[in-house]
Amino acid sequence: MAMTMSQKILASHAGKDKVVAGELIMADLDLVLGNDVTSPVAIKEFEKAGCDCVFNKDKIALVMDHFTPNKDIKAAEQTKIVRDFAGKKDITHYYDVGEMGVEHALLPEKGLVVAGDLVIGADSHTCTYGALGAFSTGVGSTDMAVGMAYGKAWFKVPSAIKFNLTGKPKKWVSGKDIILHIIGKIGVDGALYKSMEFTGDGVKNLTIDDRFTICNMAIEAGAKNGIFPVDDITLEYIANHSTKKPVVFEADKDAKYDEVYDIDLSKIEPTVAFPHLPSNTRTFDKIGDIKIDQVVIGSCTNGRYSDFEIAAKILKGKKVAKGVRVIIIPATQKIFLDMAVNGLTKIFVDAGCAVSTPTCGPCLGGHMGILAKGERSLATTNRNFVGRMGHPESEVYLCSPAVAAASAITGKITSPVGL
Amino acid sequence: MKITGKVIKYGDNVDTDVIIPARYLNTSDPKELACHCMEDLDKTFVKRVQKGDIMVGGYNFGCGSSREHAPIAIKESGIACVIAKSFARIFYRNSINTGLAIVEYDGDINEGDMVEVNFDTGVIKNLTTGVEGTFPPFPEFLKNIIEKGGLLPSMKSN
Repeated sequence: MAMTMSQKILASHAGKDKVVAGELIMADLDLVLGNDVTSPVAIKEFEKAGCDCVFNKDKIALVMDHFTPNKDIKAAEQTKIVRDFAGKKDITHYYDVGEMGVEHALLPEKGLVVAGDLVIGADSHTCTYGALGAFSTGVGSTDMAVGMAYGKAWFKVPSAIKFNLTGKPKKWVSGKDIILHIIGKIGVDGALYKSMEFTGDGVKNLTIDDRFTICNMAIEAGAKNGIFPVDDITLEYIANHSTKKPVVFEADKDAKYDEVYDIDLSKIEPTVAFPHLPSNTRTFDKIGDIKIDQVVIGSCTNGRYSDFEIAAKILKGKKVAKGVRVIIIPATQKIFLDMAVNGLTKIFVDAGCAVSTPTCGPCLGGHMGILAKGERSLATTNRNFVGRMGHPESEVYLCSPAVAAASAITGKITSPVGL
Repeated sequence: MKITGKVIKYGDNVDTDVIIPARYLNTSDPKELACHCMEDLDKTFVKRVQKGDIMVGGYNFGCGSSREHAPIAIKESGIACVIAKSFARIFYRNSINTGLAIVEYDGDINEGDMVEVNFDTGVIKNLTTGVEGTFPPFPEFLKNIIEKGGLLPSMKSN
């Protein structure tokens, strides 16, 4: 039987010629990822089970990004558990303050993931690396513990939904608008347990950063993974970042999909997700006058250099609206430095924004921009659940960096179109 | 295995941020996590939950973050089993891996009902309304994980 791209990567890592949707397999992993929230639980399980050695010290990445630089004593204790473990096991890819970045921006930048890889991470947004033609998916801490000990994970082979992309996105429309549009269409469980396979002529009109953003939010539609075919844009990115050799898998022409959606990228408008679900999307004809208290530009979804280039273009020479706190969080140290060297940081600071060291921070209501009761934040992050960025009665609206920057100037949710 | 308990019911898309808000993830102690279980959705939960109660949800239960702290908090709070119309996939595997009993079942169950779940026969009985239904058993592969007491012990024994 014909296979999807995701199924082919799983089959190859399970030592099988073929897999079918629904089959339970045990597969070999190329990389196991954890952060400062999920790794302590995994380490506890690892030690409780009497495991001694990790399967491969070069194939584990531990990134201290959620509550770092540590926000309080308890968080510091959790990070210390991971730091000690990484030291004892001589983990090659341990990233702490000064080197670390938001994990899903950092790993591709460090070249740790390439096309054809099978990656699990104890973080739901691990699905990001599908942008590089890898099968990657979020798991829990116990899966991470088993991954660290044995280099293996169990999978139920997913069926897939195909998104046939055509056309070219309009000015100010980026990967975030595209994935919000799709989640608005299929719902937060529209791809439950399934792969979201993006394909079609429109793929060539998406930058690698657009693809990272789109795959990053596959989980917000309930998907197991999101994945793009490998093209010249992918191979160029990998060649510039990694010494690992990519392996290119393609879906069979007659592969079966549960559903096929045709998405004309040229028809997509800037899109905002209203509280309290990423699927609660609206375009600007239905948004109205919504005042904001805070803007966050950053996260594993939209904290890459190109995201800040877009925001800087809009904020250059402007001031943020009085009473609006604007927080800029470059996702990695490299992005932080490039922003400073290329003058982006100056544009942001001149405009009245705060620029932070890399952290997941406010995205999950950790620190660095927590909301009070009744406050409203516009954010380039990925979730707008109840209490996600602070008080249970605060609100989060999700958008692209362009919408976030335009809104920072006006103090209300504003389209960048026509600015 | 048979579980009988009183139902505490919630709606669709119960996400892991409301099951255990991220502001409490600076600890991994199950007892501390359980003190804040469901806090942003239902402040009364921790006060009224009794050991052996059954939590019922709608579609896409456990969506969002991969935090294993979520099934750990639910289990530690005393909940014996979670029944939902569907589960988000990471929550589903985390529950199996950590030994929290879960059942996919779309029959009508109300807050406060007494419900009996029989994992051997795959039958759910609502003792309050008298309605009976079935749920598909776990595949052998997953049954083995559950019987061995979680993923790590099952890997070790293999």
